[in-house]
Amino acid sequence: MAITAPTIPKASGWKLFLKTVIARAYPRVIGQQREKSWMFFDIFLPILGIAAYVFVYRAIGAPEEYIGFVVMGGAMTAFWLNVLWSMSSQLYWEKEQGNLALYIMAPNSMMAILLGMALGGMVATLLRAMVILVIGGWLFQVRFMVANFGLLILVFFLTMTALYGLGMMSASLFLLLSREAWHLANLAQEPIYLISGFYFPVKNLGFWIALTASLIPLTMGLDAMRQLVFPSAAQFGFLDVQIEILGLLILCVLFLFGARSLLNYMEKLAIREGRLTESRR
Amino acid sequence: MQTTRVFPSLSIFWRSFRLATWLGWQIESNWADPFLFAIYSLIKPLSSAAILVIMYSVITQADFESPIFPYIYLGNAFYMYVGHVMTGISWAVIDDREHYKTMKYIYTAPVHFPSYLLGRGVARFIIASISVLVTVVFGVLFLKISIDIAHVNWGFFLLTLLTGVVMLALMGLTLAGIMLLLVHHMFGVGEAVAGALYLFSGAIFPLEVLPTYLRPIGFLMPITYWLELLRRLLVGNIASSFPTLQNYSNSHLYLILVALTILFAILSVFVFRACENRAKELGLIDTVTNY
Repeated sequence: MAITAPTIPKASGWKLFLKTVIARAYPRVIGQQREKSWMFFDIFLPILGIAAYVFVYRAIGAPEEYIGFVVMGGAMTAFWLNVLWSMSSQLYWEKEQGNLALYIMAPNSMMAILLGMALGGMVATLLRAMVILVIGGWLFQVRFMVANFGLLILVFFLTMTALYGLGMMSASLFLLLSREAWHLANLAQEPIYLISGFYFPVKNLGFWIALTASLIPLTMGLDAMRQLVFPSAAQFGFLDVQIEILGLLILCVLFLFGARSLLNYMEKLAIREGRLTESRR
Repeated sequence: MQTTRVFPSLSIFWRSFRLATWLGWQIESNWADPFLFAIYSLIKPLSSAAILVIMYSVITQADFESPIFPYIYLGNAFYMYVGHVMTGISWAVIDDREHYKTMKYIYTAPVHFPSYLLGRGVARFIIASISVLVTVVFGVLFLKISIDIAHVNWGFFLLTLLTGVVMLALMGLTLAGIMLLLVHHMFGVGEAVAGALYLFSGAIFPLEVLPTYLRPIGFLMPITYWLELLRRLLVGNIASSFPTLQNYSNSHLYLILVALTILFAILSVFVFRACENRAKELGLIDTVTNY
C-alpha cells in the first residue's frame, strides 16, 4: 500500500496576502521587543536629544509650551527613524543579506511584505514613542491637555498611514540603490527634523517652506497633534486642524497608490538591470 | 641594536596609520561623485545648526547679538568633531568586522591595530573640519558671529583644537576596544556616548542650566573645557561672560584639558588592551553577528 504524504492546503489570493502581512509583521514586533539593547537605545537616544533641546529652550527663556513641543517632536522622531531605517532602506538590507531574491521567488506579493513591515514597525515603534513621551513628559513636567481625543487618534492614524505609505514608496526606490542607500538614509535625518519642525512650530519656517515640507506627513501630523494636545498651541499652528486632516488624507491615498505602482515598476527595472542580487560594498 | 628594534615598530605604526587614513577616505567618499559627496557632507551639519538657529530666533526675535547665541552656535559647530572623530573610530570596528568582514585579515597582517583605527578616524576628521569651517563661516557672514580675525591667537587656537582632536581620538579608541566585545546591533553605543556628552559638556547651553546634581558630570568631561576654550579664543569676552568656568583663565583651561587628555590616553591604552585580549580569548575578533 502506497504511503502518501499529507497535503497541506496552500493559501492563495487574499489569504496568502494576509498571511504574508502577518508573517512579515511578526518578526518586527517580536524581534524588536526581544532585543533589549535596541529598546534601550531607541528610547535613550531620543531622550538625550530631547533633553539637550529642552535645556537650550530653558537657557534662552522660552515659554513652557515649547518644552512640550520638543518632547512631542522627539517622540515622533522614533517613527521617522523607523520609516527611514526599517522601511525605506529595508529592501537594501535584504539585498545585502541575500533575502531579497527569496522574496521575489516566493509566491507572495511584495506589497504584502511591505505592508507587514509597515504594520509591525508601526506597532513596535508606537510602544517606544509612548515611553519617550511618558518619560520626557515626566522629566520636564509637561502638561498634556487633550482637547479632542477622537480627533487626536484620527490625526495620528492618518499620519501613520501616510508616513508608512511614504516608507513603502521609498523602499521601492531604495531597491535600485546599493552602498549609497545607507548614506541617503543617514542624510534624511537632520534636514527632515529641520523642515518638518520637530523641535519648533513649522509655521516659523514661512508659509511656502512649511507647505512644501508638508509632503512629509509628519509635518502636518505633528503640527495638528500639537494643536490638539496643547490648548495654547493653536496660535503656533501652521494650518487649521481640519485642513491638515484633509491634507493627510490626500497624502495617504497618494503614497499608498504611489507605493503600489512604483514597486511594480522598480521591481521590473531592477530585474531588467540585474540589480536584485548585486552587492557592492 | 636598539634602533633595529625601535624603527621597524615605528614604521609599522606609521604605515598602519597612513594606509588606514587612505582606506578610510576611500570608504567615506567613493560612493558618490565629489560634488554629491560635498553636498552630502555639508547638508547634515548645516541642518543641525539651522535647527538651533531657528529655535533661538523664534524665542528671541532673532537677537543674534546676545552672548548666548555665539555660545550655542560655536559649541554646536565644534561638537561635530565629537560625532565624527570619536564615534567614527569606534564604528570602524563594526564596519570592518561585520560589514566588510576584513577584521581577521587585518589581525593576521603586519598591522598595528590601534594605529589602524586612529588612521580610520582621519577621514572623519577631514570631513568634520570642512563642516565646522563652513558652519562657522556661515555664522560670521549671516548670523553676526563676531570673530575678530586680527585679535584671535591662532597659534593657541590651533593647539587647543588639535589637543581636543587627540583627546577625542583616544576616547574613540577606548570605545573601539569596548566595541570589540559587543555584537553588531550594539552600534548605538557610540551615538549614545556622543549624545550624553552633548548634553553634559555644555556644548549648546551653559552648565548652569542643568540640574545641580548633573553638573559635576560636565566638569569631569574634557570636552567641556575644550569647547569653552575654543569659544573664548574665537569670540573673546562674549564666551567668558557665563559663570560656568569664569574663574579659570585660558591657560588654566588648557592645562585642565591637557591633564584630562593624558588621563584618557592612559585609560585608552589599558581599556583597549584589556578588551582586545578578552575579545581574542572569547573568539570575537572575526565574529559576524549578522543582524
